[in-house]
Amino acid sequence: MRELLLCPPDHYGIEYEINPWMSRARGAEAALAQKQWKDLRATLSRLDCKIELVTPQPKLPDMVFTANAGLAVGKKFIPSNFRHKERAGEAPHFSRWMEEHGYQISWLPEDYYFEGEGDALFVGDALFCGYKFRSDIKSHRAVADILGCLVVSVELVDPRFYHLDTCFCPLPDGGAVWFPAAFDEYGQRAIREHVPELVDVVPEEAAHFSCNAVVLERDFVLPEGAPKLVATLRERGYRCHELPMTEFLKAGGACKCLTMFLPQREAMPSAQ
Amino acid sequence: MFSETVELRGHIIDSLILPKVLDEILRAGGTFKIHEIKIGQQRVDQSFARIEVSGPTHETLDELVLRLRQHGAEVVEKADVQLASAPTDGVFPANFYVTTNQQTFITLDGKETEVHPAIMDSAIAVDSASPRATAVKFYEVTKGMKIVVGHQGIRVAPIQRSTARTEVFEFMSNVSIEQPKSAVIREMARELKRARETGGKILVVTGPAVVHTGGAEHLERLIEWGYVDLLFAGNALAMRDIENVLFGKPRRMNLDRGSLDDEGHENPLRAINAMREAGSIARAVEIGVLQRGIMCSCVRHGVEFVLAGSIRDDGPLPDVITDAIEAQKTMREKITGVTIALMMGTMLHSLAVESLLPANVKTFCIDINPVSVSKLTERGRFQAVGLVTDVEAFLRELTDCLAKLDAAPARDGGKA
Repeated sequence: MRELLLCPPDHYGIEYEINPWMSRARGAEAALAQKQWKDLRATLSRLDCKIELVTPQPKLPDMVFTANAGLAVGKKFIPSNFRHKERAGEAPHFSRWMEEHGYQISWLPEDYYFEGEGDALFVGDALFCGYKFRSDIKSHRAVADILGCLVVSVELVDPRFYHLDTCFCPLPDGGAVWFPAAFDEYGQRAIREHVPELVDVVPEEAAHFSCNAVVLERDFVLPEGAPKLVATLRERGYRCHELPMTEFLKAGGACKCLTMFLPQREAMPSAQ
Repeated sequence: MFSETVELRGHIIDSLILPKVLDEILRAGGTFKIHEIKIGQQRVDQSFARIEVSGPTHETLDELVLRLRQHGAEVVEKADVQLASAPTDGVFPANFYVTTNQQTFITLDGKETEVHPAIMDSAIAVDSASPRATAVKFYEVTKGMKIVVGHQGIRVAPIQRSTARTEVFEFMSNVSIEQPKSAVIREMARELKRARETGGKILVVTGPAVVHTGGAEHLERLIEWGYVDLLFAGNALAMRDIENVLFGKPRRMNLDRGSLDDEGHENPLRAINAMREAGSIARAVEIGVLQRGIMCSCVRHGVEFVLAGSIRDDGPLPDVITDAIEAQKTMREKITGVTIALMMGTMLHSLAVESLLPANVKTFCIDINPVSVSKLTERGRFQAVGLVTDVEAFLRELTDCLAKLDAAPARDGGKA
């Protein structure tokens, strides 16, 4: 059974603009957001996940996006150092929760920006980390040192896909679903060299955050609006669960942004 | 070129960060030198590279380094040069840094400053307030002057070899008497023409051989055509040239008798006397005493000349600077901006001038003696071409080539 950390959207809203999706003028509908989040939680529970909840905090509307809490591997937790001051207040709440739940906290130096699982996803033993918009490449080295694993740093070039988990989604069979144009030429090459089975997402489906999915063995939980990807994944034997995510897309997030694995994977064999 | 050293760490091979950084440097018009690289042996091992990044200007380098930092490159703090005070006038502090003729930079307060002029066998005096770094000779140093000692904080930027295939320097690197002389002279002519057209400055260093061999009239033509901006010579060249103009052929060997002709042995002294009477060569031209010849052409075409004296000189002529240090100072002043140096038939004078020239000055060395040419072209200068031949024959062919080039309509691309 996989454990996931979620945060109820009690204080969720578009209160600032720190990515191209956010617009305070448009705002998010609170009741609908609650419904969409509860549907996600129910879907994940139904798929045999144990859901843990962190208490939402006022004035921290993006705390709902727990993928950015940090990165949990084995019993280690590397808290995020948020680039934007609007989100910096989330870090102590997440790290306190993780500490209370038995995780050993490994802080990064203060000036190393790192936004957790949002920018750090394992494919097998290799940790793929995105950089430029939110995380710094410097933080990748520190993460590699803490975890004792190979870190493949890839540059993100499209501000709409500002976190790695918005354009790259590892599959349990060693492949990944991705939107290539979100990466620079070298990042694309590095991913192609390390990930043999890649499923490309077309631009119009990528814009619906189709890559921002929670993958649980053969179940693929993704936002609505990606018929082509769903067909491809079904052919490959995945069960797709399409959920309405409109209210969270307004903040530049969807299914994956709303969850963090506890842990994302077991400790690296070399670090044990 | 300005440079910074950066370090890359991490999984820079698997992430293709190293090739990305190197490509980015080249795309920005910069160059790089990898000083150290350590590749991780195991999958989880991180790699390391220390790279010197150079750019044509401070601004391009700063922009480039800023971009490289985004990919994780960390700038290595530069160590400042070490300075010591000159203990007394004319004496450098112990362990003073000795310059080369290559472009040199020193680091002061973490920033690079170029040393001017790029002259070999000097020390570097530093004015931290400006900040300014100047190559100084013994006679220029005064007590208390801050002088660079040791090698810390000094960067020498070697001249890159020319990559343009048409350049004479590309195919001429050795001195041999079996050279395709015409082809080399043709290329030299093109270089001179290019320099004249692009605002370059051409220096001619020569001795009396140019007069003895009958090459004076060709050199006069070069001066008239604007291919000479500066002439460095000694008393002898000017004396022989003026003697030739005033009294006919200079004193010469009688091949039948194997001795010097009696007639004319006093002519050099009479020539010198005429100039001394006029007060200077320029004045002699002005009052009509000297009406042609190399020196006359220089005066008429505004070509500056520096005549340096030697212990063997007769006279000397009134224009000759007899104080060797003063002569060297004057030559150093005049040399600024020289792009091509044509050194013909005078080994010691050429060697002296060569040591004053920055490494980026192209030199053509022409002498009948292969040893002279070798000495001049083997002094570590990247852009030196030597030709073993008679000076008159060289100048005749060179002027013919230039006449043809000047007569030919301009063509794009300068076909080789």
